[in-house]
Amino acid sequence: MQIFSCPFCGPRPEYEFHFGGDLGNHRPEGFDAVPDQKWADYLYFRNNPKGMAREVWMHLTCGEMFSMTRDTVTMEAAPGEALAEGQP
Amino acid sequence: MTRHYSALSLVKEGLKGQKGWAPAWTSPQPKPRYDMVIVGGGGHGLATAYYLAKTHGITNVAVIEKGWLGGGNTGRNTTVVRSNYFFPESVRLYDMALKLYEGLSRELNYNIMLSQRGMISLAHTPAEMEMAARVVNAMQINGTDAELFGPGDVKRVLPVYNFGPKARYPALGGVWQGRSGTARHDAVAWGYARAASALGVDILQQCEVQEFLIEGGRCRGVKTSRGEIRADRVGLAVAGHSSQMAAKAGFRLPVTSYALQACVSEPVKPILDTVVLSPGAGTYASQSDKGEMVVGGGLDRIPSYGQRGNLPVLETVISGLVEMFPSFRQLKLMRQWAGIVDVAPDSSPIIGESPLPGLFLNCGWGTGGFKAIPAGGTLLAHLLATGQHHDISRPFDLDRFARGRLIDEAAGSGIAH
Repeated sequence: MQIFSCPFCGPRPEYEFHFGGDLGNHRPEGFDAVPDQKWADYLYFRNNPKGMAREVWMHLTCGEMFSMTRDTVTMEAAPGEALAEGQP
Repeated sequence: MTRHYSALSLVKEGLKGQKGWAPAWTSPQPKPRYDMVIVGGGGHGLATAYYLAKTHGITNVAVIEKGWLGGGNTGRNTTVVRSNYFFPESVRLYDMALKLYEGLSRELNYNIMLSQRGMISLAHTPAEMEMAARVVNAMQINGTDAELFGPGDVKRVLPVYNFGPKARYPALGGVWQGRSGTARHDAVAWGYARAASALGVDILQQCEVQEFLIEGGRCRGVKTSRGEIRADRVGLAVAGHSSQMAAKAGFRLPVTSYALQACVSEPVKPILDTVVLSPGAGTYASQSDKGEMVVGGGLDRIPSYGQRGNLPVLETVISGLVEMFPSFRQLKLMRQWAGIVDVAPDSSPIIGESPLPGLFLNCGWGTGGFKAIPAGGTLLAHLLATGQHHDISRPFDLDRFARGRLIDEAAGSGIAH
């Protein structure tokens, strides 16, 4: 069982967490003015890195989202960090 | 040297002490240039090379594999073949594969041990029975075989199932596809490799692609650990590592790589002669020819490139199995492993030219790549040879994501990948 660390609740078992995608994948602004490929990039296309990954995760039990740096090969995970205003 | 496999050649070689067998495929030195290069020596890559040579007469082809043939997901899956999908596009694709599988042992002169023992996807609740009826209707309309099973039918094909009054997963019925079954996964890779090699394809193992040769905005070949190899067109069939290859070519893909686990028990006497899947319990199982119970389930929900798998999913899979088959509680597990699968947002594959002209994709098969090998090979070969889509691969182009024409099989047939 892998233990992830929620910045608000501390260390918890992996099944309490949900993967939320790449960190910094912001919704494009401009609605109708946004070209289709850019919407597709935001909605579907992923970095999917092998090795170090910067990701958004959700702790399902407290409902908070946070960022986590994780190695996708060794599965080593740094403690989660609260998302900050203006963060990339 | 004996090349053709038959009962007669087996007897002849037996009398000569088995000394005359030719190698199943050759291992030549890489040439500096080929017409086509396929990256990835798994089932899809090898099948692509075979169909390029067989169907399109293009034999100046190399298959480049960083490890050994079929050492990735081709050798890690649970060998199930089926075409029980919901959307017409998917049924055409997977039924093409199943039909090719049906004739493959003869075509390749290599026994892939196809066993069309039938597969039951169980329904445990009235709501699941309604969904099962919907899938059966869709499959029949799409022209593939499907039957809606009731409780009596399940008892007939799964006598060892837990039909007790306190069963946690009562079997109300399910979707039956009689043409589904299993095939020997290694034999599929080896059979395609042998047949492709005999037609003149070069199979290059221990050869890792380091970067793509890009000139004038086109892919002109690959730089490998064994030197530069130039080609008119390059095909990519690398499953879980598709995003890594795409990054080298300068684009991203709509896939996420996850570990998919499986395990086998010790071998026991024949007890289960169909493939059984319970979407509700998150478990499926079949019994191998050796007698091992081959067991799998859903994805680990943590993106991963570590070919191991995690404990919560394994626990779900095993607890589902022993609830449905109480007699299996005595089984001892022999091995557990995982493969890295490339999952697309709509759980359907991606086949088509990549954003880098000259580089063609075959990826996104998720948890269901093995069953599709003959179709994946046929369609990628068609793309490479003609530069055009086959009718069956057109809906699966990468452009479907920007066009919004997703083929959402996770919603359609409730498959896990």
